[in-house]
Amino acid sequence: MKKLLVYLKDYKKESILGPLFKLLEASFELIVPLVMAAIIDVGVASADRSYIMKMCLVLVLLAVIGLVCSVTAQYFAAKAAVGFSTKLRHALFAHIEKLSFSEMDKVGTSTLITRMTSDVNQVQNGVNLVLRLFLRSPFIVFGAMIMAFTIDVKAALIFVVAIPLLSIVVFGIMLASIPLYKKVQAALDKVLGLTRENLTGSRVIRAFTKEEEEIARFREKNASLTKMQLFVGKISALMNPLTFIIVNGATLALVWTGAVRVDEGVITQGEVVALVNYMSQILVELIKLANLIINITKSIACGNRIQAILETEPSITEREPVSRQGNAGSFIVEFDHVGLSYAGAREEALTDIHFSVKRGETVGIIGGTGSGKSSVVHLIPRFYDVTDGNVRVDGRDVKDCSLEELRKKVGFVLQKSVLFKGTIRDNMLWGNENATDEEILDALAVAQAKDFVEEKQGGLDFKIEQGGKNLSGGQRQRLTIARAVVRKPEILILDDSASALDFATDARLREAIRGMEKDMTVFIVSQRASSIMHADKIIVLEDGGIAGIGTHETLLSECAIYREIYDSQLKGSRKTEAVG
Amino acid sequence: MKRKGNGQQRKTIAKVLRYIKRYWGYLGCSILLAAFTVAMTLYLPLLIGDALDLIIEKGLVDFDGILTILKKMGVIILLTAAAQWIMNACNNKITYNIIRDIRKEAFDKIERLPLKYIDAHSYGEIVSRVIADVDQFADGLLMGFTQFFTGVLTILGTLGFMLAISVKITAAVVIITPVSLFVASFIAKKTFSMFKLQSETRGEQTAFIEEIVGNQKVVQAFSKEDDMLDRFDEINERLKKCSLRAIFFSSLTNPATRFVNSLVYAAVGIVGAFLVISSAESGQFGFTVGSLSALLSYANQYTKPFNEISGVVTELQNALACAARVFELMEEKAEEPDAFDACELKEADGRVSLSHVYFSYVPEQKLIEDFNLAVQPGARVAIVGPTGCGKTTLINLLMRFYDVNSGEILVSGTSVRKMTRKSLRNNYGMVLQETWLRSGTIRENIAMGKPEATEEEVVAAAKASHAHSFIRRLPDGYDTVITEDGGNLSQGQKQLLCIARVMLLLPPMLILDEATSSIDTRTELKIQEAFGRMMQGRTSFIVAHRLSTIQEADVILVMKDGSIIEQGKHEDLLAKNGFYAKLYQSQFANHPA
Repeated sequence: MKKLLVYLKDYKKESILGPLFKLLEASFELIVPLVMAAIIDVGVASADRSYIMKMCLVLVLLAVIGLVCSVTAQYFAAKAAVGFSTKLRHALFAHIEKLSFSEMDKVGTSTLITRMTSDVNQVQNGVNLVLRLFLRSPFIVFGAMIMAFTIDVKAALIFVVAIPLLSIVVFGIMLASIPLYKKVQAALDKVLGLTRENLTGSRVIRAFTKEEEEIARFREKNASLTKMQLFVGKISALMNPLTFIIVNGATLALVWTGAVRVDEGVITQGEVVALVNYMSQILVELIKLANLIINITKSIACGNRIQAILETEPSITEREPVSRQGNAGSFIVEFDHVGLSYAGAREEALTDIHFSVKRGETVGIIGGTGSGKSSVVHLIPRFYDVTDGNVRVDGRDVKDCSLEELRKKVGFVLQKSVLFKGTIRDNMLWGNENATDEEILDALAVAQAKDFVEEKQGGLDFKIEQGGKNLSGGQRQRLTIARAVVRKPEILILDDSASALDFATDARLREAIRGMEKDMTVFIVSQRASSIMHADKIIVLEDGGIAGIGTHETLLSECAIYREIYDSQLKGSRKTEAVG
Repeated sequence: MKRKGNGQQRKTIAKVLRYIKRYWGYLGCSILLAAFTVAMTLYLPLLIGDALDLIIEKGLVDFDGILTILKKMGVIILLTAAAQWIMNACNNKITYNIIRDIRKEAFDKIERLPLKYIDAHSYGEIVSRVIADVDQFADGLLMGFTQFFTGVLTILGTLGFMLAISVKITAAVVIITPVSLFVASFIAKKTFSMFKLQSETRGEQTAFIEEIVGNQKVVQAFSKEDDMLDRFDEINERLKKCSLRAIFFSSLTNPATRFVNSLVYAAVGIVGAFLVISSAESGQFGFTVGSLSALLSYANQYTKPFNEISGVVTELQNALACAARVFELMEEKAEEPDAFDACELKEADGRVSLSHVYFSYVPEQKLIEDFNLAVQPGARVAIVGPTGCGKTTLINLLMRFYDVNSGEILVSGTSVRKMTRKSLRNNYGMVLQETWLRSGTIRENIAMGKPEATEEEVVAAAKASHAHSFIRRLPDGYDTVITEDGGNLSQGQKQLLCIARVMLLLPPMLILDEATSSIDTRTELKIQEAFGRMMQGRTSFIVAHRLSTIQEADVILVMKDGSIIEQGKHEDLLAKNGFYAKLYQSQFANHPA
């Protein structure tokens, strides 16, 4: 949390003036009972009406000054808090944008989103509250006590006893209930989990006719939540009665002591009234303070979580790019005994991957789930860093290229087809900011998306909703392919990104890609043998290692694993070949 | 418009009251205790005032009188504290029990909602109704009980006590306080639009963050980081401006009302002081310094509930809106109940027939029209078609997740409408492409359909579906706990578990989705085997991806755009040279380069 305070630096003035004005306001508030005491002791005692009028004007004046001070304070506090959170959000977003794939995998996007939204808001709230109230409440509590001392030391001793007692009760109950509230939250999370589970699994639950049992499960979890809530409720229900007893007990003691001291002639009746007034001010402020502390603890927790994100260093950083001198020979992509292990994983995801690809070649990568197909292609635009060996693009180690330059060369179509809110054209421009409509339409045609785009209302101006919700899976996939094609990249990578397409469309797509500019190198990652069997080079992966490289024909005769895959998917097709 | 809103609110309140009624005992208790607490809290300043009046000056202190009053105060303090505590407990009891009831009923409803509803709404939305909305409602309700009620009582009580002391001062207070209310509501109104703008901008920003951070990989793949940061900053700047306004203006409420309170305090002070003097001058001593002190503390107390109440009212309105959303879910039409004379389908013989079936999700978009199919016991029906052609529609109808619009589906010669859903569904084994597992152990998941299954049976089912070997390798074997939706398993492993789940039951009819994409080739072969074993002698409906499955099927249903366009055997369909033939060429025959 501490390190986040840098973002408050530009609001130094506001963060000092805010609390300062708050203190001023509080001081004026503390004078009020004294003025009232004067009214009683001087004005009423000597029946001096003009004195009373004067004193009341003083009260009004105090109120006006208090108002001005607190409004000023609120303004400074709000300005500092909002400015702080704006800067923090900017810094956080900029930082997250720099994080590389491995950190994103580790932290998880939903966590990052929470950090950026509700956590930052909570911290902003905390800063605002601290600036506004953190000084005020203790100041009033102790101020009231000190004022009591100025009236009468002996009576003030009651404050010395009452304040710690009150603090113990207020803070004790809060402290005791915080961990319990966490338990309530955990119980609530269970209820939430069960509810969600029953929605996502509604088909299965009904297929197995488990409705009654699910209801019983829910009742049980729900009942334990209620039990927990009632228990916590019982404890926090103690707060009001206990503080009530202490404050009123103290007042009772004050009246008695006051009576004794007046009888001794040490203080006046008006001063006793003032003492009673101070006592009632204290309780309000202590409760405010306790709530404030809870809020601040929450904010600090959020702040720490944010700081942890800011302290996560992106693992992929740019070296000073080496001047362009690599031999831009005929190999565009070379894997030189590459090994890769993901952070936190026990085993290598890739071991000794060694191959090279000529410009213009089409490479098929096939293998089972978890065999490392995606990992291989993710290394080309340096989404991850190799842990062994090196990857060269255009003859240069990818670590020596600037990321932007490297990634410009690559058109990457991810497994998950992601589109952004905006028109189809906006989305296509991601691939290439300067693309003309004509170029876009060409790319759409290659991606087999032209027909349905033209059918959409507005064509290229068709608005895609967030997450591409208003498109089918296959349509989304084709658009993401088009987006990569618009780049006219030197290397096009399709990472299992035609899975939602039927075989016919898939075949037409591959054909269209082949028909594009001559020297584009294409990587096709797939589970389907039919998608890659016509590639110039097929790489068969098994358990993170290469099980075979070659053409369809050579692999069929030499690579057992390839044969197995091929047979399982296309078995039986041979006997009907004549028909085809 | 507004009246309609009010009407709705009234209806919601009526519904809430119905829930509250169950706990009327607690409610009555709470109200009585609240009244007592308020009365006593207000009585105390009066007693203090009386005591103060007995402290005049040196030598003029009536200790006996004070002691009597203090003793009385002591008793009242203890009684009031006890009353407060019991009242709080009652309020908790009412609130938490009510929300328990509501959640329970909402969940019951979820289990009975037609899938049509669940499919049409996002899970997040329904979950937030059951969880967040109910929570918000509970907060509002509790606040309503604890603050609204005592607040109103305090205001009334204070007025009464003040009137008893002095009509003039009460008049002064009553005239000034509305100013405070007016100021508060003025600020609230002014800031409402600012808050709205703030939350809109915040929403916009969150949506942006979700989109960009959620898809960071794409952003980086296209090196769009800087562009995105610029766009983010633009929204961020706007948010800064409107946040500052909203926060600052709303934070004026406290100082402003505090200011009005100070004015009231000053007014009570001046009028009170004059009264003390004049009553002393007239020699009646009707209005003393003690009365003034009591009045001052009333003046403080009197204005506070007003501020609280205005806060509570917004909170309550919010709570009602939340309650309305939950009730909306609870009042959603449930699945049409089984016919009263519905029979139990014991052990289906495997005959399934569809006659003149018409079905569509929305009336405007016709899907299945006049579809007829007769499946013999043990037959295999393959469903093929391009992605998104609506293969799941058929599953929806067979399992009776949806009801046909017209026509009939017969199982074992009986219309599915004439049997209980439960018995119908028990006769089907279903493995869908979307693997769903419940949180719990692996064993619980496999034994989902048959909780009483023995260890041997579970293991046998796992072995038959080739799940046993990976389960054994898991840290706790069959007792490994699966997190929500199987987060700690691979897609393939989840699929194997789903198969094992059905393997344990082996019902007479099967619905299988040949999901191939997520399982590696070798496992797939084994699953294929397991599927084969499972289908032996069972009527099976298979969403087919594999040529062998299709070729061996007794009937192939070819679907396109949601409707069944061709049906028949492989050879016949090929000979027909229609859509199936085309599909077949593109998928399975070798490509013409």
